[in-house]
Amino acid sequence: MARVLMKGTEAIAEAAIQAGCNYFFGYPITPQNEIPEYMSAKLPKIGGAYVQAESEVAAINMVMGGGSTGTKIMTTSSSPGISLMSEGISYIAGCEIPAVIVNVMRGGPGLGGILPSQADYFQATKGGGNGDYRLLVLAPSTLQEAVEITQMAFDLALKYRNPVMILADGFMGQMMEAVEIREHVSGEIPPRESWALGCMGERGGKRSILKSLYLNPEDLEQHNIKLQKKYREMEKEVRFEAYLCEDAEILLSAFGTTARIARSAINNLRNEGIKVGMLRPITLFPFPSRKLAELASGTKHVLVVEMNMGQMVEDVEAAVCGKAKVSFFGHAGGIAPSVREIEDRIRAIL
Amino acid sequence: MKEIKIYERPKAWAKGVHTHYCPGCGHGITHRLICEIIDELGIQNDTIGTAPVGCAALMYDYIDVDFCEAAHGRAPALATGIKRTRPDKIVFTYQGDGDLASIGTAEIIHVANRGEKLTTIFINNAIYGMTGGQMAPTTLIGQKATTCPFGRDPQLAGYPMRMCELLATLETPGFITRVSVARPKYIIEAKKAIKQAFQNQIEGKGYSFVEVLSNCPTNWGMTPVQAFEWTESTMIPHYPLGVFKNFE
Ligand SMILES: Cc1ncc(C[n+]2csc(CCOP(=O)(O)OP(=O)(O)O)c2C)c(N)n1
Ligand code: SF4
Repeated sequence: MARVLMKGTEAIAEAAIQAGCNYFFGYPITPQNEIPEYMSAKLPKIGGAYVQAESEVAAINMVMGGGSTGTKIMTTSSSPGISLMSEGISYIAGCEIPAVIVNVMRGGPGLGGILPSQADYFQATKGGGNGDYRLLVLAPSTLQEAVEITQMAFDLALKYRNPVMILADGFMGQMMEAVEIREHVSGEIPPRESWALGCMGERGGKRSILKSLYLNPEDLEQHNIKLQKKYREMEKEVRFEAYLCEDAEILLSAFGTTARIARSAINNLRNEGIKVGMLRPITLFPFPSRKLAELASGTKHVLVVEMNMGQMVEDVEAAVCGKAKVSFFGHAGGIAPSVREIEDRIRAIL
Repeated sequence: MKEIKIYERPKAWAKGVHTHYCPGCGHGITHRLICEIIDELGIQNDTIGTAPVGCAALMYDYIDVDFCEAAHGRAPALATGIKRTRPDKIVFTYQGDGDLASIGTAEIIHVANRGEKLTTIFINNAIYGMTGGQMAPTTLIGQKATTCPFGRDPQLAGYPMRMCELLATLETPGFITRVSVARPKYIIEAKKAIKQAFQNQIEGKGYSFVEVLSNCPTNWGMTPVQAFEWTESTMIPHYPLGVFKNFE
């Protein structure tokens, strides 16, 4: 496929189909409705299925069911919908079932607003549902990156048998950019006969039970230790972009759409001779703590910019661990930090 | 020639296990029926169950087929995802009355209304068994439970919900029936109904729903014999047995 101009939501949908996702379960919510709409038109034609669930609660449990048969499955929603899915996400993580969940974030708390936001960073990276579980969380900042991340997400979900969340925001969902979407061939993933439901015959009558219930406390502890070991293994999936960091005296840190804005501010300031760079986490879990610590030790100040009231900044502070001063600048959903505002903040720090 | 009948453990019953169910509980009887039917239909390698939250949460320990655990009330959505991605498999949900008629009301109505080609076994024991005998949406008027210690009062808690009748108002679902496991004569009918519900699925027909009037002697504060009698004398008059829909 050549480069074509596409809307973010549609690019994500088409990328998923090209990665082999033939099943989609979801419930409408702004600003991501183009994804289920796209899927409902395409999937029946390629032998898959689109089901409009009665709620996000049901949608995520359909995703769990689809994932439990070892099938590539996706759902997409926006913030209040993801809150409703949190119970199911905890079960999916506990039962070790692969699934891809996209959150096109909007402002909160509660009904909040329908405009873009990054206020679900905590929900995505720290839990949302009950128990000691983690999601692999990926945050694209261009549409081409969103395409690549969407396709990679299915492989990661199957490789780790874990839910993977893509954190986008309303800007990314609605903007148009030229993208190239290629058919994606999965790398090494465990064959579904090795664990999934529906393969009892292939396994010679040996069945599979997917569960998170361990009434015996020793068994529950062992299950959790196994999960934690898996989460540590995911560390090798850490991804980030270090932009003009080599000689930076001030380091910016931002993800997703906010990182695009920060990049423009950095370019302007560099033209004035101000040495500023950016560490942009692409994986929010695992978080690029080691790289941040390394970069921070060569700088005076780390400024974290987010489209929320200060969430990722806590992970940055923990990573930097006093090696540099950390400060925060942000706006709640709907208002994005502007290039000018970021430049002014940096100048004030100098 | 004399016919010899041997009462054997069904093949689909996991080897060497005994259930944790209380004496006289309807879960054990219904599990056995399901196992016999899986054997008779020859579908052990092709059946996928979803385990509920409730006393039957550990049913995968007893029935030897593929299983996925469901969150409380969500089994119909879970089973939808399984069946849509593996339409060649026989998928069933098995749910209590708290699970199906309370927390999972939305999921059960919509699985039936979409006409998912799967089977639901609904265990109505008029109480929350696992959590220790709280009131269920199916608790009868005047029946005592730990959260209605003076008996269910319709002024406060409404009337007991009849799920078969409710679902039968929908156009889509194919087979809806209510049976009991309180006496051998009912158990024979229950087995026929559950078998038909699985057979419908094998034939690729639409959604099948079997409500089983069950007992919870422990939380009803009765002996097993009293519980079977109470089912017959009190539950069946409120929850009439019979077929409410059969692909007409
Ligand atoms: C979200 C959630 N809420 C509440 C519970 C607690 N809980 C466990 S079983 C149960 C009720 C079970 O009753 P029923 O479905 O009638 O099944 P039974 O035990 O009678 O077979 C409840 C409320 C839970 N596990 N999860
Ligand atoms: S508590 Fe009631 S429903 Fe649960 S096993 Fe005992 S008798 Fe059966």
